[in-house]
Amino acid sequence: MPYTKRRRLVSSAVAVALGATALAACGSSSDDDGAASGPVMLTYWSWAPGMDKVVDLWNKGPGKEQQITVTVKKQASGDTLVTKILTAHKAGKAPDLVQAEYQALPTLVSNDALADISGEVGDAKKEFADGVWQQTTLGTDAVYAVPQDIGPMMFFYREDLFEKYKLTVPTTWDEFADTARKLKKAAPGKDLTTFSANDSGLFAGLAQQAGAQWWTTSGDTWKVGINDAATKKVAEFWGGLVEEGAIDNQPMYTPAWNKALDTGQQIAWVSAVWAPGTLTTAAPATKGKWAMAPLPQWTKGENRTGSWGGSSTAVTTDSTHKDAAATFAAWLNTDARALNALAKESGIYPASTAAQTSGAFAAPPEFFANQPDFCTKAAEIAETTAPSAWGPNVNVAYTTFKNAFGAAAKNKSDFTAALDAMQEDTVADLKKQGFGVAE
Amino acid sequence: MSSLTLDRAAATDATGSGPGPGRPRRRIALIPTVTLLLGAVYCLLPVMWVVIASTKSGRELFSTFTFWPGTGFAENLTDLNSYREGVYWQWMANSAVYAGLGALLSTCVSAVSGYALATYRFRGRETVFHILLAGVLMPPVILAIPQYLLMAEADLTDSYLSVLLPQILSPYGVYLARIYAAAAVPSDVVEAGRMDGAGEWRIFTRVALPMMLPGLVTVFLFQFVAVWNNFLLPFVMLSDDERFPITLGLYTLLEQGSSQPALYTLVITGAFLAVVPLVALFLVVQRFWSLDLLSGAVKS
Repeated sequence: MPYTKRRRLVSSAVAVALGATALAACGSSSDDDGAASGPVMLTYWSWAPGMDKVVDLWNKGPGKEQQITVTVKKQASGDTLVTKILTAHKAGKAPDLVQAEYQALPTLVSNDALADISGEVGDAKKEFADGVWQQTTLGTDAVYAVPQDIGPMMFFYREDLFEKYKLTVPTTWDEFADTARKLKKAAPGKDLTTFSANDSGLFAGLAQQAGAQWWTTSGDTWKVGINDAATKKVAEFWGGLVEEGAIDNQPMYTPAWNKALDTGQQIAWVSAVWAPGTLTTAAPATKGKWAMAPLPQWTKGENRTGSWGGSSTAVTTDSTHKDAAATFAAWLNTDARALNALAKESGIYPASTAAQTSGAFAAPPEFFANQPDFCTKAAEIAETTAPSAWGPNVNVAYTTFKNAFGAAAKNKSDFTAALDAMQEDTVADLKKQGFGVAE
Repeated sequence: MSSLTLDRAAATDATGSGPGPGRPRRRIALIPTVTLLLGAVYCLLPVMWVVIASTKSGRELFSTFTFWPGTGFAENLTDLNSYREGVYWQWMANSAVYAGLGALLSTCVSAVSGYALATYRFRGRETVFHILLAGVLMPPVILAIPQYLLMAEADLTDSYLSVLLPQILSPYGVYLARIYAAAAVPSDVVEAGRMDGAGEWRIFTRVALPMMLPGLVTVFLFQFVAVWNNFLLPFVMLSDDERFPITLGLYTLLEQGSSQPALYTLVITGAFLAVVPLVALFLVVQRFWSLDLLSGAVKS
């Protein structure tokens, strides 16, 4: 595939720049020999809480039989971890397995940090929705990771307050805007929700729902479509709401935001399936008062959602036991016992379709005990996730998003100008990194 | 001396519009006091926040008045204590090792090299000192990644040594020690020691070191605080969270991935407890500074 060729070209350029020694060393070792010869020790960088307990199940069960022992080293999540993995990889010391968010995979792959494990985990494909699996192949024949958790987006609202102000749950974004205005009229001090620019994943998910394709490849060049028509529509919609003051413009995840949710000053949240966990700490006083509905749609009768968050398990090129590592990655994300433990210990929402309605997901989350069909509904919504398209410099786009949209939201100014800035910065950075970019 | 002061006061009087000498003096006293008070409030307010917020339970944290103490301190402590079988205390102990041992070793190195640079004349002395000065200007942050790659060559990454070793040589410490040694250890005293037949090492340990003590305490404190607060170096070097210092440990509590809420109450309580050793250290070590006034071997 042309894309693969292009990637190799870039990664070899990186290898030359780094003095090649470390990378050459990892290319020659390992491979298929000696998978069964002697015990294997693997290290795994993960940020999921309680992952060590889940891995214990492996070490005492299938891992013991196959003589593969995995050690978890708990990390902090986020872009900083990607940098840390790449730094370790430069020294040839990356761990065997890493937890990686979907949008970080192209960055890791273009730095030649992730191994192609299609031979070992190809069979696992049927366990996942196509849109989810596609994120780990990057559109090639290779497989760079096994999906672990996903974050299909949903609409969360205060059931009691919606009733109090006689609001109906919006099914389209137009209705969403009307709901916001109606609430402003009924209770001027309250807001339906806020537009926050401090988590780029939210906006990326909303654009994805609208059909945006931010990074695509054609031939051996990248095409960046951050300011495409779909994303523009999303930006203009939210910019308009902020400008007219129908919704708040303060960032999320601040003490003030927590307070606004806890006291019912904000009565809805466009979020993802993991929201119950966040609400538990952000708004403890509102337990049992929320409900979940599908995300509003752009055209009535449509059924699409975006994703916000989610991660995968990948094997690094520095690993000297890639087969063993891939075997573990497949077990961790497809085995029913493992997924059940992941849900309980780490609070993740599994990517595996079978696990979404069984085991730990037979009952609704504690915070949403008032909505007994939470999990079946969530699984139905997860199925409608639109495909996503990530590129090798998501971090650059995200940084510009935070700055440009942060300022635009604060000043209630033009969101499309901020979107153009995002596009320009991303294209400029791709070119600087030496990728071919189609204009 | 006194005539100079008088002259200045007279000059102020002549140019200033104030009618008497009493007025301008009071104004001068008022502005610095207010400025300093504002500065103190500015510095102490966040500390106050941490102290008060650490007493709030998860429910109270964002819903009650900011500076009103909550009721959850004991609960927060228990939660922190039981988080991953008390790994917090492991982080605390690690920080103590990194900062305590690191600062001690760094002070020793600084003392020896600062003394040598101040007392001995040798070829290249100024060059060495200027390189050190350049090192003072270089932020340690940009060295973290090169240091990681070096440690990886030596197979030392993800070990206690990988964090300790880079912190032992502190250009600022050496610089401070040299300046202090030059001021506090008169060459006459060193000469006198030589006349009495003491070896160089004996002169250093028995004569110079006690004189340099207040300066070295400063070096120790600076280095201790720098290591205690250091984030990037351990972040790059360490992957096993049993070896994390407190800064890194608290960061993992905050960044648990999007599906997990940040453990605010634990982080705040943890941050509060992490400040306590620093405060205690300052209170204990502070008295060494007063030696400054009493020390001195020769009358000028």
